[in-house]
Amino acid sequence: MFGYYTTLAVRGLRSQAALTLLIIVAVGVGIGASMTTLTIYRGMAADPIPEKSLRLFTPQIDNFGPSGSKGPAGRDGLQDRLTYTDTIALLRAHAAFRQAAMYATQRVLMPGDPTLRPFDTSVRATSGDFFAMFDVPFLYGVGWTSQDDADHAQVAVISRDLNDRLFGGMNSVGRSLTLDGREYRVVGVMDRWQPLPRFYDLDRAFDMPEDVFLPFNVAIERKMEFGNINCRKAVGGFDDILSGECVWAHFWVELPTAAAVAQYRRFLANYATEQQRSGRFQWAARTRLRNVQEWLAYHHVVSNEVSMLVAVSFSFLFVCLLNAAGLLLAKLIGRAPEISVRRALGASRRAIFAQCLLEAGLVGLLGGLVGLLLTSMGINGLRSLVSDEGRALLHLDAVDVGIAVALGVLATLVAGIYPTWRTARLQPARQLKTL
Amino acid sequence: MLQMNGLSKIYRTEVVETYALRDFSMDVKEGEFVAVTGPSGSGKTTFLTIAGLLEEFTSGEYRLDGVDVRGLNDYRRSRLRNEKIGFIFQAFNLIGDLNVQENIEVPLRYRGMSGAERRRCVHEALERVGLSARARHYPSELSGGQQQRVAIARALAGRPRVLLADEPTGNLDSHMARGVIELIEELHRGGATIVMVTHDPELAVRAQREVHVVDGQVVDFVAPPRLAAGLEARS
Repeated sequence: MFGYYTTLAVRGLRSQAALTLLIIVAVGVGIGASMTTLTIYRGMAADPIPEKSLRLFTPQIDNFGPSGSKGPAGRDGLQDRLTYTDTIALLRAHAAFRQAAMYATQRVLMPGDPTLRPFDTSVRATSGDFFAMFDVPFLYGVGWTSQDDADHAQVAVISRDLNDRLFGGMNSVGRSLTLDGREYRVVGVMDRWQPLPRFYDLDRAFDMPEDVFLPFNVAIERKMEFGNINCRKAVGGFDDILSGECVWAHFWVELPTAAAVAQYRRFLANYATEQQRSGRFQWAARTRLRNVQEWLAYHHVVSNEVSMLVAVSFSFLFVCLLNAAGLLLAKLIGRAPEISVRRALGASRRAIFAQCLLEAGLVGLLGGLVGLLLTSMGINGLRSLVSDEGRALLHLDAVDVGIAVALGVLATLVAGIYPTWRTARLQPARQLKTL
Repeated sequence: MLQMNGLSKIYRTEVVETYALRDFSMDVKEGEFVAVTGPSGSGKTTFLTIAGLLEEFTSGEYRLDGVDVRGLNDYRRSRLRNEKIGFIFQAFNLIGDLNVQENIEVPLRYRGMSGAERRRCVHEALERVGLSARARHYPSELSGGQQQRVAIARALAGRPRVLLADEPTGNLDSHMARGVIELIEELHRGGATIVMVTHDPELAVRAQREVHVVDGQVVDFVAPPRLAAGLEARS
């Protein structure tokens, strides 16, 4: 009977075409609005490095104690960055499978081509493990080595975009790059890589990765300033920041097994306890080790506003579905004579229910497709309003398409249950008496 | 074939009870052609809808082809209706979106017949009503008389045990009405059991037996004049 009901459902769409169209539009608009916000939400809440997000961890140490600043994360009184003292101590301990200290800065780049003007470029100072730890893809060359870190090698990894700009997209490995008047040898050119959100530094969570990557030690040696600094006490210059209780460096480790995680937690706790014993911390030692997913949740990467927007848009979908349910009821009640005749000819309530619900599902499918079209238009509209970085969040993928269509069908089926039930309960005798 | 015994149908509201049928008894034998007559509001159509299992009764007993229908669930009532009963309505009640063949197929679909079997039944039914050439036509392309013939073909297609006709010529002019009633008579001569509700005395006389209903009760069993005249002539 499924085939027969499908045929009837298609015919049912054509009869009362205006009403059918209204229902499809009601469902489509609701789906379009909710899917547009859901796509944004999914982009923001996506796991930026799914294959490793449970193996990558960032440590936190209570540098400020209960009376100190709560810092940007602040919810548990822990800073989300480390001091230079702690960063160097953790690097030297090398207690993890891979580890990378890092911070962001901005430098002036002098292109080799004299026709190009110098320009500011974003720089990330980090350790050589950064690239392997975060599975950074390379177009040419590779990242620098631990030995390069130790040797304070004047090397750099650059982004594909910068390589296109400076070297016309050619293999630039071995070529020189001039930053702040000093030359760095290019050892690698990254391929397209944009983890979203940019979990390793959530200050600008939806920005592109930096264009230049330099060894951490070299950046410190060159006194390249930091972006975001938080100090327990006011400090003076660069060296004071390094020696003082100022947090500014991110630190990530790769811990491939549960045993490694447990071991690193112990190491971290022991380290903080040692600092307490030495008199550096005047409070009970506290540390945390969070993986990528915990880190994103800790930082509320998906803002409450976006969550609210999704909730509002789904409320709107609910209102649209209420309208669709009303229209569907009107459409099906309009077909009461036909349904009564079918009942008289032997259709059970169950058969009528199935037939009408299938028709509702078909309307929902079309509503879902219209919703998909509106979502696509909405996403494209938003893309034209936001920055390049934001655009990466705004795209429809196969999952979104599936969600939109499934949501259309499911939502309309739910909305169609009452009208369908009412229609199946029609008293054929009463209808036929009036015919 | 169709036995009703002490049947009543009461419509209840918060303040009033209305008897549509009261202590209604009737027995239709296989192969009989019975006319149910009575004034408007007498309960004729209520009788027909109860007989056709489209409505439940309040009390009494009803057996259709030996099956006690009281307490049957909707699925079994629908199944019984589909297999045992063919309806012919005053307003034809063809489905406008379906062509003649598809209209006739409707009850057969609900019976779960295969496509080939359905086509054979439809063909036979259309042959009987003389509309084989109109199988692909839509109801709007047919005259009233032709539409009623299609409705009769639909009622016949599933080979029901009883045909229930509600004012089958009520929406037709006299010429078309004559054709339809002749067809019904022909079906009866072929062995069909027919119960026809009508308030038209001229139509009622074509039946073998007339059951007169007033205020929801059978008040009289009247031999139609034509039959009575025939009986007198024979005696």
